[in-house]
Amino acid sequence: MTQSKSLLGTLWTERGSRAFYAVLLLAAVLVPVLNLGVAESSALHVPTYTVALLGKYLCYALLAIAVDLVWGYCGILSLGHTAFFALGGYAMGMYLMRQIGTRGVYGDPLLPDFMVFLNWKELPWFWHGMDTFWFAMLMVLLVPGLLAYAFGWFAFRSRVTGVYLSIITQALTYALLLAFFRNEMGFGGNNGLTDFKDLLGFDLQKPGVRVALFLASALALGLAYAACRAVIASRLGRVIEAVRDAESRTRFIGYRVENVKLWVWVFSALLAAVAGALYVPQVGIINPSEFAPIGAIEIVVWVAVGGRGTLYGAALGALLVNYAKTWFTGALPEVWLFALGGLFVGVTLFLPQGIVGLIAQLQARLRRPAPPKEASA
Amino acid sequence: MSHAGNRSRNGTNTVNVSTVRPLLRVLLAAGAFALALGARPVIAQDERAAAAAAVGDLQQPAALVAALPDASYADKQAICERLVQTAGAQAGPVLRALLDGRLYSDAHHRVVVVEGESESETVPIHDPFSGAALGSAASADLSRIGSNNMLRKTLKGLLAQLDLADVDPARRLAAVQESLRSLDGATIDALRARRDQEPDDKVRRAIDVGLATADLASDSADARLAAVQKLDGELSPEVYNALQALVATDEAGASREADERVRIAARQALSHIDAMRSVYGAVETLFFGLSLGSVLVLSAIGLAITFGVMGVINMAHGELMMLGAYTAYVMQQILPQHITAATLLSVPMAFVVAGVAGVAIERGIVRFLYGRPLETLLATFGLSLILQQLVRSVFSPLNRSVSTPEFMSGSWVVNDALSLTWNRLYIVAFMLLVFVALLLVLKRTSLGLKVRAVSQNRAMARAMGVRTEWIDALTFGLGSGVAGVAGVALSQLTNVGPNLGQSYIIDSFMVVVFGGVGSLWGTLISGMSLGVVSKLLEPYAGAVMAKILVLLFLILFIQRRPRGLFPQKGRAAEG
Amino acid sequence: MRGTQRQYLGRRSSQPKVDIANNIILYVEDVSVSFDGFRALNHLNLYIEVGELRCIIGPNGAGKTTMMDVITGKTRPDSGSAWFGQTIDLLTLSEPEIAQAGIGRKFQKPTVFPNHTVFENLELAMAGTRSPWRLLVARLDGEQLDRIAEVLRTIGLADRRDAIAGSLSHGQKQWLEIGMLLMQDPQLLLVDEPVAGMTPQETERTAELLVSLAGTRSVVVVEHDMDFVRSIARTVTVLHEGSVLAEGSIDDVQANPRVVEVYLGE
Repeated sequence: MTQSKSLLGTLWTERGSRAFYAVLLLAAVLVPVLNLGVAESSALHVPTYTVALLGKYLCYALLAIAVDLVWGYCGILSLGHTAFFALGGYAMGMYLMRQIGTRGVYGDPLLPDFMVFLNWKELPWFWHGMDTFWFAMLMVLLVPGLLAYAFGWFAFRSRVTGVYLSIITQALTYALLLAFFRNEMGFGGNNGLTDFKDLLGFDLQKPGVRVALFLASALALGLAYAACRAVIASRLGRVIEAVRDAESRTRFIGYRVENVKLWVWVFSALLAAVAGALYVPQVGIINPSEFAPIGAIEIVVWVAVGGRGTLYGAALGALLVNYAKTWFTGALPEVWLFALGGLFVGVTLFLPQGIVGLIAQLQARLRRPAPPKEASA
Repeated sequence: MSHAGNRSRNGTNTVNVSTVRPLLRVLLAAGAFALALGARPVIAQDERAAAAAAVGDLQQPAALVAALPDASYADKQAICERLVQTAGAQAGPVLRALLDGRLYSDAHHRVVVVEGESESETVPIHDPFSGAALGSAASADLSRIGSNNMLRKTLKGLLAQLDLADVDPARRLAAVQESLRSLDGATIDALRARRDQEPDDKVRRAIDVGLATADLASDSADARLAAVQKLDGELSPEVYNALQALVATDEAGASREADERVRIAARQALSHIDAMRSVYGAVETLFFGLSLGSVLVLSAIGLAITFGVMGVINMAHGELMMLGAYTAYVMQQILPQHITAATLLSVPMAFVVAGVAGVAIERGIVRFLYGRPLETLLATFGLSLILQQLVRSVFSPLNRSVSTPEFMSGSWVVNDALSLTWNRLYIVAFMLLVFVALLLVLKRTSLGLKVRAVSQNRAMARAMGVRTEWIDALTFGLGSGVAGVAGVALSQLTNVGPNLGQSYIIDSFMVVVFGGVGSLWGTLISGMSLGVVSKLLEPYAGAVMAKILVLLFLILFIQRRPRGLFPQKGRAAEG
Repeated sequence: MRGTQRQYLGRRSSQPKVDIANNIILYVEDVSVSFDGFRALNHLNLYIEVGELRCIIGPNGAGKTTMMDVITGKTRPDSGSAWFGQTIDLLTLSEPEIAQAGIGRKFQKPTVFPNHTVFENLELAMAGTRSPWRLLVARLDGEQLDRIAEVLRTIGLADRRDAIAGSLSHGQKQWLEIGMLLMQDPQLLLVDEPVAGMTPQETERTAELLVSLAGTRSVVVVEHDMDFVRSIARTVTVLHEGSVLAEGSIDDVQANPRVVEVYLGE
């Protein structure tokens, strides 16, 4: 199969993936060892707090990859991926809520605290079965998947594209945001779901469990990355890119563009949902603000900063921007929005290919003077 | 402080105004109640006669008031009656202060009025007649001049009498309407006394309604029937409640109203009133819908230019509105004495501020991204974050309050069932003004001609000597300026804060897309219809749910007809 | 080169056949299209026979491209009908369905997938697998690879097999698009201005290719270049203001006084 692509592709596709796997593997080995195996007094010790933070970053990286798949490869700019992320998170949150049992403030064996507080007498129908792990995990995939399917089925069939699609994805997540704020919806309203105790019987506060969640996130990220790579390398991947570059041409050679888009859209939504489900036990809360449209646009910036259409660039961007966010909100909170806003403007104006593109350009410039000698390393 | 002590002081208490007042009020009321119960009417009558004799020789209003602190309740009643006779309308403030428990005697045994609650050691005091400030007094030195139920009833009657005799017809009307809310012997007498001397038609009519309402409780069935017939078509809630009482049944299912004819007439009158009320209710909903629609149109119309005519996605549009709203705030800070002028001036100012910002955005960012709508969307979104934070840093993260100018406050009372607030009425009018102005600019000026030329065929326009670069900047500036003007309007309706713009951006895009990109009329109709539909849904679904339903409807609609209600014409340009 | 073409054409694919019982492959009857009052097509009638090579000419705005848009499902007419063979109603099908039924189209402006290689462009155009799940696991078998190689030779891009399509010259893009059309293996080819921007040699090759394609399949060519039309056409249709002005051999048409008036009168 022919692999050679654009400048970006030729220089980075293989090396970028290798670097991605290497870094991920290194983190998956080092972080647990430095957290559990090194004494707390040691300078090398990684505190459990940091493990959870890194786990959170990995979930964000997974979310960024999901967005990059639809935006970078299929040209669909989604401003609504937080909807799938948050729905996956809520499904996991419901499972964790049901695990609390009588340990809640009100000690009700069946009803979560907020329902007792709202004076509800019985569990709403959609909360049934959520105490069973496999069923809850099925819902993590099913609910966002179905929403993505229904939305995409309508949107792609009626050929809503470009900015219009972006705006209605944003409207969708905004509508969900408003809906989940309502107490009547039965998801804890404003406060969301929190005070989780344990997952599959393991105490969520224990460092070992934290490390396990971190490893699960790393594994999910690695698998998702490999799956996306496989999709991109397949003929379907080439059709997806064809849709991005010349949608109507793709149609005239006999592809049902709406089916192709729907496939990649739902696949991406499922990745986002998994990211949400892994995110919730690590941060300990899920509330409606996760639906916020601004969050969805932030993901797009992670992807743009890293370099869209590369997957590993998206992961890199998620990591860098979120690290910056953590640092800024701690040290200079009032500067954060300036920095984020500046990032949006700067990247679109000066770095259309993101950091990965910048590195590729620099390398190309460095190589040009030297004669093309091969494989000295 | 004991209950007994309360009584022994003859209704006058030494209190620490600032701290004990709420508790005291309860005790006082309880004490007065006990007193009223305990004092048999006969004794009360005797006391009254005696008091009348005691105050008989006091003629001057000032002297009468000075006698209040030490007078018994019966004396106070006599004093008040005398006060009305001697001082007329001037007695009003004193009686009202006494009724509200704001009348005190101070360390020098002067009678003073204390306005409002205060937590401090000293409170400002005022003259009971003129309201002139008399400096301040230590809370501990003040003792309240108490009142009991009987006295309060008398006071109400006296005040109603005074208000009914006021020179201002509006005040008289208000007094009549006030008395309808608490009809009792005293107020009915006052109304009846006033009825025949009343020169103003409106006031006389209101008095008639009041008297007829009182007649509903008459012993004579004929009088009740006549009253019911008279009240048919009256919309005030008091009349409605009184009529409802006629058709009500007790626990046993028997009618409270004995006379069949009265019941039938009351039922008819009620259904008539219900019908009228539902009509007015619909008018009100429509009005709310139109005013919400006007807000939507105002917030979307600038976007209809930048997005509709130029095809530029400006996610910072909401923040341009926010700039307009803050312009209104700043103007009011600069001219704190002239709120109306400041608000009116802020309209052109906001246009300039937001317009200049818009030109800067176009020159600085947007022009590098023409033909790349998704990138434009991201860059302008980043800009919106910067603008929000800028406002947070310069002003404050908290909401600022923008005052409403005099002429916009209050409401236009059409009748008892329908009153329309002036600020919303003005918003509708303002929206129409902006719309027409914009239409004229685009259709009648050379700038408008060039804007349309550039949007239809850029290359041809350039070939004909139009400086397309400048037209782009000016068009963007125009759209942005209109957003700023919309911001001034919004400042009159909602909180002015850094998040003002964010909450409107999705709505405004939806309005533009629903109406059809590039069509100003489409934007008008779509904004108005979305506003009305939202308000129609609200009673059934609640405000939030109505919004969600409208959003879902729009999402589905755009998927059915991606080009909106009024699609822009022309051959599909897709390659 | 002619040899390879014949070899390629000799091995017809096994697509579902169009019902061509009456020897007519395309019926366009009484079709009207208007855009905001402008009549792009005005009761247009057009019949294409099986194996025919038809040229369509006409001044700008005559409705040539709109006609192709109607046939390929891009534009829905206000009235009229369009049938592919006896049984396939084109007006009920979407663009991909029409493409899969066997109508291929080359656009006026060459549109290839600019970020894919020449090889990948041909692979994507190849008839067959279209569902996402099958595409995910699709692999090229030996026969398919051979076919792509043949087409690469036919269009003269064998040595640029792995080049990014966006980097090709204008003429090469035209050829690549013709190659994609061949990979689709359609019964009816609609070719919009195939020789625009080509050198005389390239034009000649294109003429040869189109002539060789006709016979086994039907070809409709829209072209402005009258020399090119003369070199390939048996029947020429002249469109004017959305309907057929004249139809016949190139000499008949050029002698038609109304055609002369339309072309020279402008």
